[in-house]
Amino acid sequence: MVSVEDIVAGYDGRPVLRDVRFDVASGEFLGLIGPNGCGKTTLLRVISGALPTMAGRVVVEGSDVREIGRRKLARIMACLLQDLSLDLAFTVREIVLMGRSPHLPRIGGETKRDFEVARHAMHLCDVSHLADRPITEMSGGERQRVLIAMCLAQEPRVLLLDEPTSHLDIGHQLSVLDLMAKLNRQTGVTVVAVLHDLNLAAEYCQRLLVLNEGRVAALGTPAEVLTAEMVSTVYGTTVLVERNPLSGKPHVVLAAGAATCKERTKKEEA
Amino acid sequence: MMRDKKSLIVYGVLSAALAATCLLSLFLGAVHVPVADMLHSNIIQLRVARILLGAIAGAGLSVAGVIFQSLLRNPLAEPYVLGVSSGSGLGATLAILLGLNVFGVWTLPGMAFAGALGTILLVYALAETGAGAIPVHTLLLSGAIVNAVLASLLMFLVSVAPSEDLHSVVWWLLGNLQVFDWQLLRVVAVVVAAGLAVCVVLARDLNVMTLGEEAAAHLGLHVEQTKKLFFVVASLMTGATVAACGLIGFVGLIVPHTVRLVIGPDHRRLVPASALAGAAFLVLADSFARIVIAPREIPIGVITAFLGGPFFLFLLRRKKSFLRS
Repeated sequence: MVSVEDIVAGYDGRPVLRDVRFDVASGEFLGLIGPNGCGKTTLLRVISGALPTMAGRVVVEGSDVREIGRRKLARIMACLLQDLSLDLAFTVREIVLMGRSPHLPRIGGETKRDFEVARHAMHLCDVSHLADRPITEMSGGERQRVLIAMCLAQEPRVLLLDEPTSHLDIGHQLSVLDLMAKLNRQTGVTVVAVLHDLNLAAEYCQRLLVLNEGRVAALGTPAEVLTAEMVSTVYGTTVLVERNPLSGKPHVVLAAGAATCKERTKKEEA
Repeated sequence: MMRDKKSLIVYGVLSAALAATCLLSLFLGAVHVPVADMLHSNIIQLRVARILLGAIAGAGLSVAGVIFQSLLRNPLAEPYVLGVSSGSGLGATLAILLGLNVFGVWTLPGMAFAGALGTILLVYALAETGAGAIPVHTLLLSGAIVNAVLASLLMFLVSVAPSEDLHSVVWWLLGNLQVFDWQLLRVVAVVVAAGLAVCVVLARDLNVMTLGEEAAAHLGLHVEQTKKLFFVVASLMTGATVAACGLIGFVGLIVPHTVRLVIGPDHRRLVPASALAGAAFLVLADSFARIVIAPREIPIGVITAFLGGPFFLFLLRRKKSFLRS
């Protein structure tokens, strides 16, 4: 579905990502994790075609994302960014209908089918009851669900998400990720999500890709990837990895003070 | 659907308001003209020209404001605030003082357009911080600074101008709807109508641009192309308007904001409604300009700035939290 082929990419001639390569299977839910500044968002921007590569390429359904053309790409792949500017009081329905843009003729309005697709997307994301309310009045969780509905209105086969749960409380984090899991199961849409929280990533993703200093540090199922050694090497902190009694997925238990302890031992060793 | 019905009502009300202000403006003035003599009166002919220019300029400046607010994702963007009007004024003043006449009646608006486009590109380049992001405050600051520099250049030109040209240049710079050239009026009408048509046809693109450039690209929009097209359209509308009636500030701020409150931010309705409302607003403001201290006139730019300045500050205060981020 998506092939990332030996990517080197970055900003102002300085590479952030080096030799990144992996494939995402059709219908997969892949999580991108890693410490701050490791290049997660950069990788997502490369996959989405927003950022050119210095070497390598990203292939989606057999075409290079930088060559396929923006409109055509937008019908295959939707991307939920972290900081959308939503200062204008568009209604939820108007926002979701914007997702139809790549399907509409350059000149002319929406057809019955476009309204139908938008209605269905709002239904899936459980925002139908908000359709006539302005987006500016939505809570963080509602806003994310509306924006996911906008992405769904694109009828994409790949959905890219950049930290869809940041700034949300636990309840909303779970509701957004439950929604993603449901969509992934029901519509078969391939999901690639940058996630901050390791436990949420372990619960929802079929595979996890760990980025560290711009390189792939590990790629595999949560059970294969999320080990105490991996977290300790990549994040520089000591943790305990247990099993979540409800799901059987790995569960990272934090040890408060571990990071400072470790730094102190390092200093003493030096 | 509900909004469609509402927007029809709004268009109706605005058209009626425009017709009413035009009639009012036709009958008001320093000289009283009896209704019976109206058809043959020179004064009435002048007033009709003036009303037409007011309506066209009001529509052009309002829609230019709408374009800048969408493209720059800045609620306070507007031709005058961004320095684009001053840029146009500088281009036009150069054309007048140098006596340029290369393209006939298109020379003055052409130079004003060049000034406008140059200014918005400069302000944009100064404010941009990379990755297409333009923080609200840097845009306003670079607009203000560019505006100050252009204004001083204008003052320099005025100070070295031969005294017989001086009065007309100063009077024009303060904003004046008096039609001194019917052909120029026609040029402005054509340019504003064409710009308006582009905005109505491509209104959905303006909607998508408000989400941010990267988001717009993810929705399949060719962002660079769209930005270039609309910068040119907004500069053309501003340039033509400034060439005909000088610097009239804040119309592009007051009108779109007020219209948005009533009709919502969808550009498919916002653009035509702002054009109608802008036309009515400027014709009304000009009626005031003509009667407040009759038989003398107040420059119309003075009136719009008097209203627009406080309006700007009100919006700025409301946007404070947003500006800080």
